[in-house]
Amino acid sequence: MMDLVTAFAPEGLTGPGLWLPLVWAGLIAVAVAMYVVVDGFDLGVGILFTAARTENWRDRMMLSVAPIWDGNETWLILGGGGLLAVFYLAYAILLPALYIPLLVMLIALIFRGVAFEFRFKAESSRYVWDYAFHYGSLLATFAQGVVLGAFVQGFEVDGRQFAGGTFDWLTPFSMATGVGLVMGYGLLGATWCVMKTTGDLELWARRKAEQFLLGTIVMMAVISLWVPFLGLEIERRWFSWPNIAFLAPVPILTGLTAFGIWRSLRGYGHRAPFFLSILLFLLGFLGLAVSLFPYLIPPTMTIWDAASAPEAQIFALIGYSVVMPLTFLYTAYAYYVFRGKVEEDVQSSGYH
Amino acid sequence: MELDVLMLSRIQFAFTISFHIIFPAFTIGLASFLVALEFNWLRTGEALYRNLFRFWVKIFAVSFGLGVVSGIVMSFQFGTNWSRYAEFVGNILGPVIQYEVITAFFLEAGFLGIMLFGWERVGNRLHFFATCMVALGTLVSAFWILSANSWMQTPDGFRIENGIALPVDWFKIIFNPSFPYRYAHMVMGCYLTTAFAVAGMSAWMILRAREVPAEKVIGARRSLSMALWFAVICTPIQIVLGDLHGLGVLAQQPTKLAAMEGNWERQANMPLRLFAIPDEEAETNHYEIGIPKLGSWVLTHAYDGVVPGLKDVPRDERPPVLPVFFAFRVMVGLGFLMLGISAWSLYLRWRGTLFTNRPFLTATMLMTPSGFGAVLAGWFTAEIGRQPWIVYGQLRTADALSPVTAGAVTISLVCFVLAYAVVFGFGSYYLAKLLRKGPEPIEEAARGADFDERIDRKPKRPFSYPDESLEGRPGRRVNPAE
Ligand code: HDD
Ligand code: HEM
Ligand code: HEM
Repeated sequence: MMDLVTAFAPEGLTGPGLWLPLVWAGLIAVAVAMYVVVDGFDLGVGILFTAARTENWRDRMMLSVAPIWDGNETWLILGGGGLLAVFYLAYAILLPALYIPLLVMLIALIFRGVAFEFRFKAESSRYVWDYAFHYGSLLATFAQGVVLGAFVQGFEVDGRQFAGGTFDWLTPFSMATGVGLVMGYGLLGATWCVMKTTGDLELWARRKAEQFLLGTIVMMAVISLWVPFLGLEIERRWFSWPNIAFLAPVPILTGLTAFGIWRSLRGYGHRAPFFLSILLFLLGFLGLAVSLFPYLIPPTMTIWDAASAPEAQIFALIGYSVVMPLTFLYTAYAYYVFRGKVEEDVQSSGYH
Repeated sequence: MELDVLMLSRIQFAFTISFHIIFPAFTIGLASFLVALEFNWLRTGEALYRNLFRFWVKIFAVSFGLGVVSGIVMSFQFGTNWSRYAEFVGNILGPVIQYEVITAFFLEAGFLGIMLFGWERVGNRLHFFATCMVALGTLVSAFWILSANSWMQTPDGFRIENGIALPVDWFKIIFNPSFPYRYAHMVMGCYLTTAFAVAGMSAWMILRAREVPAEKVIGARRSLSMALWFAVICTPIQIVLGDLHGLGVLAQQPTKLAAMEGNWERQANMPLRLFAIPDEEAETNHYEIGIPKLGSWVLTHAYDGVVPGLKDVPRDERPPVLPVFFAFRVMVGLGFLMLGISAWSLYLRWRGTLFTNRPFLTATMLMTPSGFGAVLAGWFTAEIGRQPWIVYGQLRTADALSPVTAGAVTISLVCFVLAYAVVFGFGSYYLAKLLRKGPEPIEEAARGADFDERIDRKPKRPFSYPDESLEGRPGRRVNPAE
């Protein structure tokens, strides 16, 4: 870590200018990881949604996420806000580069968010909101996966502006990461349903989770094998000595975790599949961080290049460090209030 | 007018923010109105106030939900469409906007849930505290975003290095010269928006229920009366604040002021133009009707005060004159109409016919959207008048664009228009339905014995507060068991 910092940080940089961007990169990474995990499972529920056979199943699936989803989505705003506040150059370069996928994501999230609310109040138009919820979730997830793929591929930058074309993000690789994320969120969503539901629905969710687990593993393998062919030299970081000794556990742990999920799905674990799936995601996230650190806009701009002035970073840090812990507390509280499995008899659940 | 990336991005920004501001303008005022209702309930113990609270908080919940959905889009546009702007101001406005996000987040996460769903759990005092915090949260959130906008109008406390703005003095950045006026004027504008919307809707409920006995509309009457007190207090303050704000514009953005007044030549003894058609080609006004010398007096408090003209600066530093000139007159005109209604309401109160005078009720009903109109017109004055600058005197709008193509922006603009039409169509329809139904009758029994239990188990989110079904007769509850 320290040698990475000295290798990449601009020469002669010391004091706040050196460590503030590190702190901020850590904070934003936490916000993004939180977002991926928590919104991941509720988007995943949306991906599974229309496959659910009966109205009652759909009601229960939706009820399991209804109380918490919009808190989940707020992490996205917090991550984006943080980016503008401290890595404004990344914001100014990434957003135009990702114009179309972000547009798709925003519109999909709008429809999906509204579907949550209107579905419970709709009668004859209910199926419209069912599809809005499903396709909104699916599209938003796919768009996020595409953003991830485009990010790994890197961007063409000239000075402090994006210099590529409108469709640079559109490559076979980013399509693959799009599909991969759909699989991954599907896994999170299905294991969430295993944890939150009972009876036939739970058994169905277990089968779905196995299918999505298989898809996730396949896509993770495909993407990992693909990366060396992108010519980004990321593999050098993984396979050179002594890095390989430190990094080898990451793929091994990933394999073990996947096996653990499979075992607990077959067995009677209720919570284990979900929490192990989260672990799987975090390991993937760690792998990504190892591959890309300290680039914020691969392959040219590091976190130090993109960071705003130290005065701006400190000013923003004051607010952030007050809100982040409070947000963790509140989130934990909301999950606590709505703990346990959703009742099978939806009417008695009192949600009208 | 050429539909290039610049024009399309400007239209897209104007469209999405105009949509967004409709909801905050209403929720900021409504949150304070709810505080007043709950305070009165705690003070007097009259069940009527509690019922009214329960009614208006539903309207609040839906508007708030729509405000959040449209707000998320806004924060992405600074990067997607105005990336050079984000590059230029990032060091300064990034943290300021971050504070807005944090406030909204905090408010949503912490107190909104308690305000909407927690009354039975936390008891009166804590609930009242939560309501106050929500109201405070909306005001603080507006504080930060308006500070950001005011800095773009009157930048201060910064230096330029390598072509970007860097912070020097945060206090001067946040409290930049136009901010105090803009903030006060905007908050009053929000209060007036709510006051006239609530008064208008209540007048409509009273007019509609002509045949039914008076006690059925007692809720609407009380709302009308309270809203009109808000209006009586806020309208004169708003006009004074507007006048002060205008003096600030004269000092800091003379070209904008010239456009607002349709004043081509720098001159003393400027007339107060009531009507004119400014002509940018010929650099003159057609069909001008004005009161001699009064314009100079309003702006400089001297009949022979000198007022700057558009010709003081080259053509390429002038804003579009026509929209600024008219938007300003629409706002001021609506302001004086509001003053008229307020005065009329005082007279009718004294006569004791506030709730029965049909011409007055009809006029009040027609004023329902006046606040929204004035707020939008005011923003159009301020924002179009700022052109061709995005950061006044520092960065031109044309230099602030992202390197995106006209095709991409066309697609996004079309998508936003369609998506907003559907989503907000349903949202407004639902709001209209809540309003048609009006407040519940006073009897506690009408809420059903299981009401408290039901509300306890609902998810803590804005939209799930109201019970009414999306389709069907107004007021029909969704009950799958039926
Ligand atoms: C005067 C007030 C005002 C103005 C000028 C704006 N907003 Fe706003 N905004 C609010 C007042 C507000 C609010 C009262 O705080 C809202 C309305 C409903 C709500 O949820 O909070 C809100 C919501 C809201 C949200 C959702 C936050 C959440 O999750 O609660 C975002 C991301 C933004 N806004 C962003 C913006 C941006 C980028 C703007 C300018 C370009 C902007 N707003 C103008
Ligand atoms: C909420 C009420 C607001 C309304 C109704 C509003 C309205 C508008 C309009 C009509 C334009 C287009 C002007 C033109 O291009 O001729 C515009 C542009 C813009 N506004 Fe606002 N605005 C509001 C608040 C804000 C705030 C709070 C900010 C920033 C903090 C902001 C930042 C911008 C930017 C960056 C542009 C695009 C560049 C430009 O055209 O100048 N606006 N706004
Ligand atoms: C009747 C007398 C009024 C006067 C003299 C007045 C004056 C002004 C002036 C000079 C501006 C321009 C500020 C700028 O360009 O930077 C402005 C903007 C604005 N006005 Fe008014 N106004 C009046 C009434 C109203 C009313 C009744 C409302 C709303 C209910 C309103 C809402 C706004 C808003 C939202 C803005 C844009 C934000 C800002 O710059 O403050 N105004 N007003």
